[in-house]
Amino acid sequence: MELTLWTYEGPPHVGAMRIASSMKDIHYVLHAPQGDTYADLLFTMIERRGQRPPVTYTTFQARDLGGDTAELVKKNIKEAVERFKPKTLLVGESCTAELIQDQPGALAKGMGFDMPIVNLELPAYSKKENWGASETFYQLTRTLLKEKVSSSEKINPLRWKELGRRPKVNILGPSLLGFRCRDDVIEIQRILSEQGIDTNVVAPLGASPDDIERLIDAEINICLYPEIAEASCEWLKRNFGMEYTNTIPIGIKNTIEFINEAHNKLDLPLTNKEELENKSKLPWYSKSVDSNYLTGKRVFIFGDGTHAIAATKIAKEELGFEVVGLGTYSREMARQVRATAKDLNLEALITNNYLEVEDAMKKAAPELVLGTQMERHSAKRLGIPCSVISTPMHVQDVPARYSPQMGWEGANVIFDNWVHPLMMGLEEHLIDMFKHDFEFVDGHQSHLGHTAKQTKDFLNSDEKKEKISKEGIIWTESGRAELTKVPFFVRGKVKTNTEKYAILRGIPEISDETLYDAKAYFS
Amino acid sequence: MSKVEFNKETGPREVFCGLTSIVWLHRRMPDAFFLVVGSRTCAHLIQSAAGVMIFAEPRFGTAILEEKDLAGLADAHEELDRVVNDLISRRPEIKTLFLVGSCPSEVIKLDLATVAEKLNKRFLGQVRFVNYSGSGIETTFTQGEDGALKALIPLMESSNEEKLLLVGTLANNVEDRFKKIFKNLGISNIESFPPRQSTELPKIGKNTKVLLTQPYLSDTVRDLKHRGCEIISAPFPLGIEGSTEWFLAAAKAFKINELKVHEIISPLINRAKLALESHKEILKGKRLFLLPESQLEISLARFLHNECEMDLIEVGTPYLNKDLMKEEINLLPDNTKIVEGQHVEKQLDRVRESNPDLVVCGMGLANPLEAEGISTKWSIEMVFSPIHGIDQAADLAGLFSKPLRRNQILTTKTLVTH
Repeated sequence: MELTLWTYEGPPHVGAMRIASSMKDIHYVLHAPQGDTYADLLFTMIERRGQRPPVTYTTFQARDLGGDTAELVKKNIKEAVERFKPKTLLVGESCTAELIQDQPGALAKGMGFDMPIVNLELPAYSKKENWGASETFYQLTRTLLKEKVSSSEKINPLRWKELGRRPKVNILGPSLLGFRCRDDVIEIQRILSEQGIDTNVVAPLGASPDDIERLIDAEINICLYPEIAEASCEWLKRNFGMEYTNTIPIGIKNTIEFINEAHNKLDLPLTNKEELENKSKLPWYSKSVDSNYLTGKRVFIFGDGTHAIAATKIAKEELGFEVVGLGTYSREMARQVRATAKDLNLEALITNNYLEVEDAMKKAAPELVLGTQMERHSAKRLGIPCSVISTPMHVQDVPARYSPQMGWEGANVIFDNWVHPLMMGLEEHLIDMFKHDFEFVDGHQSHLGHTAKQTKDFLNSDEKKEKISKEGIIWTESGRAELTKVPFFVRGKVKTNTEKYAILRGIPEISDETLYDAKAYFS
Repeated sequence: MSKVEFNKETGPREVFCGLTSIVWLHRRMPDAFFLVVGSRTCAHLIQSAAGVMIFAEPRFGTAILEEKDLAGLADAHEELDRVVNDLISRRPEIKTLFLVGSCPSEVIKLDLATVAEKLNKRFLGQVRFVNYSGSGIETTFTQGEDGALKALIPLMESSNEEKLLLVGTLANNVEDRFKKIFKNLGISNIESFPPRQSTELPKIGKNTKVLLTQPYLSDTVRDLKHRGCEIISAPFPLGIEGSTEWFLAAAKAFKINELKVHEIISPLINRAKLALESHKEILKGKRLFLLPESQLEISLARFLHNECEMDLIEVGTPYLNKDLMKEEINLLPDNTKIVEGQHVEKQLDRVRESNPDLVVCGMGLANPLEAEGISTKWSIEMVFSPIHGIDQAADLAGLFSKPLRRNQILTTKTLVTH
């Protein structure tokens, strides 16, 4: 039993719903009690979808348990098939139905329907949402393509040359409730097209069962989100010999690497190598003088595996930040995240407990947090700026504007979204210059929140000339006076650092000199 | 009883389960913690229904059952013990801990009553443990509050002191207004259940006169009756009419002259009628379809028809206690179609066929209906907003007129393009 106050991922059947809702002509009969329909609002409210998820909930009740819940399942399957006429039927169960073992998938298969039926067995007490989505997409692909396995020769990635057409690829993994998937697909298709590569099928987002059957018309697969698509890509590779790309095109370096990988796999010459460096504004913006101030900014990164790893690379290599913490809630990606962390001499935090993440964040004392919506909340409490880089989805993660994470435009979006919460160079420079002007002494709030407030209260309460801090250290009058001269937006940090220094050195009283000693010590 | 048409429907439902009521109960009693014993689905449900209300450490959580807990029951009890110990050492300010049963815990027959009993002994004088079920196989949405309140009744001491007990969660400001009005009427001893602190439970007995503020408390009412309480029969205090009848019923139970009630509340009524006018203008003649969710549907239908002149197409309710709703049903217009239960697909067919101006529904259905060009109002808003009482009548009407007004604004050209 695990005490959970909040969870990054839903149960695995919500993953299955993500696949079903992303696609066309599919219906999912879910053996589940009343209440499980809450998951519909993830799609209709958070994604703002104008359609209901294609899901029928059998809605069994306590009084049904003594009777024949299997009949209830069959009745719902029959009604759903008649009403929605799906081309493929998914049948599965949520956590409670798993316990009563009606085997709805087997029941459905015995009902004499012509359409393919995918029996989803998603263990609700050991697995989570992303696993459920991956397994569903894999089972669906396998069901719809297994008959073609023996009859097909292995797919030669170079066959496009003989066929006299541009090479074709599938883009696999984008789904509803995936981070910026809607726009990533557009960006990646645009890039591939520019490179002379056509898109055969995008799946599951927007695909129908017919499209899944057409997957083998492409030469290779683009595995865009390994959390969702890697299992399917592996199966297609094993059974049809279809190669797939491993590079996730988030950030400039990875986008270029991704293009290279696709070209190599297809044996398509890369003719615009130099051009690629200038496709995004990120490299120049990062090089421009204002960005000098980004150097060594301490960042803490937490998210799903794919986005956390990508963010680490961008932060370190493209923006010149220092990564001071890295973690993920995706246990399936733990190995890769650990490896990335190790390269940075960090220990990866693999957890589903947001309070542990908050603690780690506190200890790492970052200047910027890149995380999920939960880290945004935690960072706000700690007064640290934050940019959201990963699911779980929030209505704000489905912006009206085009806002991909991948490719050239994705890099532009990332530059803006990560850098704007920070104080920019010129701004920081000016504040430094004018910090002794009266406007800056007190009462001016920065956009960084209310961190300065506690320190302000500390300074303003002058019942005594000397003041004892929470840590039991005495601030002398000169110490306090000096602290007021520090600009408000770093005052809290200077105070903490000075106290930390005093404790370290066993100094009982902080004077103006102690502040300078501490400053020198920490610089 | 007016000639209303009763129908029952079964089939797939689109209704929250009883766990959802934790979202408002934990706010009502800030010294209580709600520990759901369930699955990841339960945890995900509550956080999704609670939406943006993410706190540093919320006063609700889920002990998520894992495969090893399902293997043997003794094990699950020990595990739960461990989780509770962790929780209490972490949150020493908790005074009452609700162990909330869920679908999976009910199906594996996890005996939370026994667990609660054991824990009560161990934490005697520090934390009280009560248990109830919020499972979807037994409860819908607001029935969760019914279960939680029922579970508290055995902890309430007996007293024969005469008092008015308001039963059902109210917004604090509304509760204060009600108490003030009752005091003006001459009823001085007024308490609320649930109280604002879980430890300040009212004492009850044969001179306790119970006035319900919410229509979904069937089990609570039954147990209060067993404790000797008198249940005042009245419509619910939604809208001017319902609230007036509600005050009158209470006054009658305390033998207060009806004229005095009118004297005190008529200025409120006049003021409220004035405030209601602009909303009525929009709502009048508009056709309303209520899908089942909160069990407030019948009272809302009564208010929106009788005071806002809306036409009722269909009034869905997840569960109907005809006895408890007697006074409300009496106020409904003839031929009102009430449907208890749901077959969501068939009901949506009827929604489309009847072409309503406004549909009251759950969050899962709202945007899809909006996309079809049908204006909607979320039913969950009724349980989060202060809508009770005469003073709130216009605000309540506003919840329904706003989507219609917005629709009008967005579909009308009002500015000349220069």
